Amino acid sequence: MTTTQPRVISFSQRLSKWDLKFSPYLYISPFFILFAIVGVFPIIFTAVISFMDWDLVRNSGTFVGFDQYIWILEQPHFWTALRNTFSIFLLSTVPQLVLAIFIATMLDRHIRAKTFWRMSTLLPYVVAPVAVGLIFTVIFADKFGIVNTNLEALGLQPIPWHTDPFWSHVAIATMVNYRWTGYNALILLAAMQAINRDYYEAAAIDGAGIFRQFWSITLPSLRPTLIFVVITSTIGGLQIFDEPRVFDQFGRGGAGQQWLTISLYLYDIGWGQWNFGRAAAMAWILFLIIVTIGLINLAVTRTLLRTEGSRSGVEKSTRRKKVGAR
Amino acid sequence: MSIGTNPPLAIVEEGIPNAAARKRGARTIRIRGSRPSMWVYVALGVVFVASAFPFYFSFLIGSGDASTLRDPGFFPAGNFIANALKVMSDPAVNFWAALWNSIYSSVLIAVAVVVSSTLAGWAFAKLKFAGGNGLLVFVVATMAVPLQLGVVPLYILFAQLGWTGQIGAIIIPALTSAFGVFWMTQYLRQAVPDELIEAARVDGATMIRTFWTVGVVAARPAAAMLFLFTFVTAWNNFFWPFIVLDRQNPTLPVALSLLQSNYFVDYSIVLAGVILATIPLLLLFVFAGKQLVSGIMAGAVKG
Repeated sequence: MTTTQPRVISFSQRLSKWDLKFSPYLYISPFFILFAIVGVFPIIFTAVISFMDWDLVRNSGTFVGFDQYIWILEQPHFWTALRNTFSIFLLSTVPQLVLAIFIATMLDRHIRAKTFWRMSTLLPYVVAPVAVGLIFTVIFADKFGIVNTNLEALGLQPIPWHTDPFWSHVAIATMVNYRWTGYNALILLAAMQAINRDYYEAAAIDGAGIFRQFWSITLPSLRPTLIFVVITSTIGGLQIFDEPRVFDQFGRGGAGQQWLTISLYLYDIGWGQWNFGRAAAMAWILFLIIVTIGLINLAVTRTLLRTEGSRSGVEKSTRRKKVGAR
Repeated sequence: MSIGTNPPLAIVEEGIPNAAARKRGARTIRIRGSRPSMWVYVALGVVFVASAFPFYFSFLIGSGDASTLRDPGFFPAGNFIANALKVMSDPAVNFWAALWNSIYSSVLIAVAVVVSSTLAGWAFAKLKFAGGNGLLVFVVATMAVPLQLGVVPLYILFAQLGWTGQIGAIIIPALTSAFGVFWMTQYLRQAVPDELIEAARVDGATMIRTFWTVGVVAARPAAAMLFLFTFVTAWNNFFWPFIVLDRQNPTLPVALSLLQSNYFVDYSIVLAGVILATIPLLLLFVFAGKQLVSGIMAGAVKG
């Protein structure tokens, strides 16, 4: 009798201990079980398939080493797609960042109807990329699009949006910029608002104009956020599919592959030519490109913004200025 | 990311932006003079017009016919209803099935992501367990993995199950989100003081009870935002649905691409379809646009 009493207590204690110990695993399990099936398994299995010649009928493959990778690297279309993807990526990322910083600066001022203006910059974000693509495909239509009809009305040459690679990239980059500029502007705006306003005060007292303040305070403080934005647009931009897919009704990147992107090519290999081994190799190549470019961008963004100093640098210099002003 | 004097409860601050913003605004007055010049409004006006123009343009074209494509004028013609009816009755597109599929799959995906992310986020943010940090780093790292990397095996998997063309094939892979877990972890870490959980445990609350009464309550604002973003992303998703679904059973973006894929395309009908497919999200934006704005800004402060 005397021994059962403490045992009962220790049972409930043990229960509580188990609760403490196993609850975390229980809570993360719905995510991880699904994630293992639809997230991790496909990544690993893609790697396996990429070394195989996959038979769709038998639903199995034979090992072929790096053959699929070599095949892809030997395709002229791959290199065209790579060039197009980079070109569209640059044409969308660079102007987009400049514009987003500009819009964020406007929104950061002490404006009236703040919420209205913020919402108006975000409006394009809710439109599906496919819908954006279709709208701009009509705007940039070679024969009847309003850009070209207006150019003609002004007596200028129409632009070959669909036949010239460069102009097709400009058109597709415009679609991307339309959808994402406002989104990135809001991210940058949030970072701007987190900057201590005392720095501006000190700089203003010191006689720094608005541009000088922007250059020496705002931009360096945005560094981590700019890196974040650049990395996310790298990941998204290099995968571009929706917009070029609907840039004409055939969806194959143009008669001369003017706007064939890596993802369009991947789709064509996988579900046009039904060659899954090659499509898997293509997917891995795309992944490696994204990682490489992401790292390069990280390094570039860091170096470009390093000269103006980190936060502590700004802090020091403003402190010095304050002392000087006194 | 430690920026200036940012208070620890950054998300909450941004979620209810007024208090902080007003205070900040008051200080700005001293630095930069009062209200900004009209050029700021002109610039923002241009941004507004640029944001709204494609909608209006699409409505102009969508309310005309093949003959007004070249010169749609400034005001809508009277064909929108007729074009919209053509979209709805086009047997190659299956508009109503697409609309239903989009609503049903997006809601289901958003709910599942919010539930699984809140549970996992709570565990990562507030419960200590072996391997927790390592797993979180792993989840965050997978955010950089492109969608394209998984499509081949996923297709093989669903073909094996006989699910190609089924809406389940687009729901299942979207039910979890690494971003969602990261987002909820970041939020809950700051929103719930550890003392509160300890107090609950001292009072004898079980783990699940603590989660329910403390975690879920605190997570609500972030969960609402996560729901919105997941919903919008799911609604707009194209690449995977385009691969695995077909004409009989599409989602709206897939249906839109089908509208265009005829040899002779009537773009007035295509853009009428674009308007129809965009209306639900425009409604969402009218009601929840403000939350989307604060969601993006809150996420940014976290980095």
